[in-house]
Amino acid sequence: MSIWLTLAGMAVVTYALRASFLVLPQSVGTPPLLRRALRYVPAAVLTAIWAPELLLQDQVLYLGLENEKLLAGSVAIAVAWRWRLTSATIAAGLAALHLFHWLI
Amino acid sequence: MAFDRTTFSQGFRASLPVLLGIVPFGVITGVAMVASGIAPLAAMAMSVFVFAGASMVATAQLLSQGTPAALIILATLFINMRFMMYSASLRLHFMHLPLRWRLAIAYLQADNVYGLTLARFSEHSGDPGKLEYFLGAGIPIWLAWQAAVLAGILIGAGVPASWRLEFAAPLAFIAMTVPLLRDRAMVAAALAAAVTVVATSGLPLRLNLIVAAGAGIAVGLLFERKAR
Repeated sequence: MSIWLTLAGMAVVTYALRASFLVLPQSVGTPPLLRRALRYVPAAVLTAIWAPELLLQDQVLYLGLENEKLLAGSVAIAVAWRWRLTSATIAAGLAALHLFHWLI
Repeated sequence: MAFDRTTFSQGFRASLPVLLGIVPFGVITGVAMVASGIAPLAAMAMSVFVFAGASMVATAQLLSQGTPAALIILATLFINMRFMMYSASLRLHFMHLPLRWRLAIAYLQADNVYGLTLARFSEHSGDPGKLEYFLGAGIPIWLAWQAAVLAGILIGAGVPASWRLEFAAPLAFIAMTVPLLRDRAMVAAALAAAVTVVATSGLPLRLNLIVAAGAGIAVGLLFERKAR
C-alpha cells in the first residue's frame, strides 16, 4: 500500500515542478538567488544519494581496500569522467564490483 | 491552429539519436526498481505517472534502505527541481499557448526533450512551429522511455540476486553526477554533499540526505561568490 502512496506523492510533486512556471501568471519572475541555487541542486542531491552506498556500511564510515563497493564506484567515476557514457559507467562499475568481490 | 507537420518531423528526427541514450537508462531504471523490491505493476505505474528516471532510481535505492514515504517524496522534490528551471525557460516560448497545451508540455518535459528543443529555439528564435517541434521530439522520447522501462521490469524480474544489479542505481547516479562537475563551485557542492551525508548518517529517517543537499547547495553558492 505504501508504495502507491509514495508513487502518488512523487507524481504530484514532479508534475507540479514541471508545470510551475508554465502555469504561473506572466507577471511572476524567478528570484535570482533561487535561479543560482537551482544550478547546484542536481550535483548536491545526486551525490548525497550515491555517496553513502560507497562510503558507509551499516551507517559507519567504511574506507579501505576491502570495501568492494568503494573500489567499484571509483572505477565507475573514472569511466564517467573519461567517457561520459551512462551505459559504459554502469557496465564498468558492475564488472568491477564482481571482479573485486572475487579478488577480495 | 494549423499543425505544422514539417516541424513535427524535424523534431522527430532530432530525437532519434537521443533514443540511444534513453533506452539503456530506461532498462536500467526498470531493472533497479524491481531489483529493490517494487512490484512490477507499481514500477510501471511510476514510470507513467512520475516519468522521471533519476527520481525513480533514487526511490528504488531509498526504499531498499527502508526510507519512509514522506522522505522519498521530499527527495523526489529535490531531484526533480531541475524541471522548475526547465519550465521557467520553456515559459518564454510557450506562454502564448492555451493552458491545455502548456499542461501537456509540462508532462512531456524531460532532460533530453528540453535540451533538444532549447538548442533548436536558440537557433530559430522566431520559429512559429515551436509546439510541433517540442511534440515531435517529446512523443517518441516518451514512447521509447516507457517501452525501455517495461523491458527492464520484465528482465529484472528474472535476474538472480547474485548478479547484484541493484548496484546499477548508485552507478547510474555517478554517471549523471560526473558530467555536471564542470567548474570548481560544482565540485565543491558535490564534495560538501558527500562529506555531509556521511557525517550526518546517524540522523533518523535518512534526514542526512536533505541536510547534505542543503549543505551542497550552500557551499556551491559560496564558492561561486568567492570566484567572482
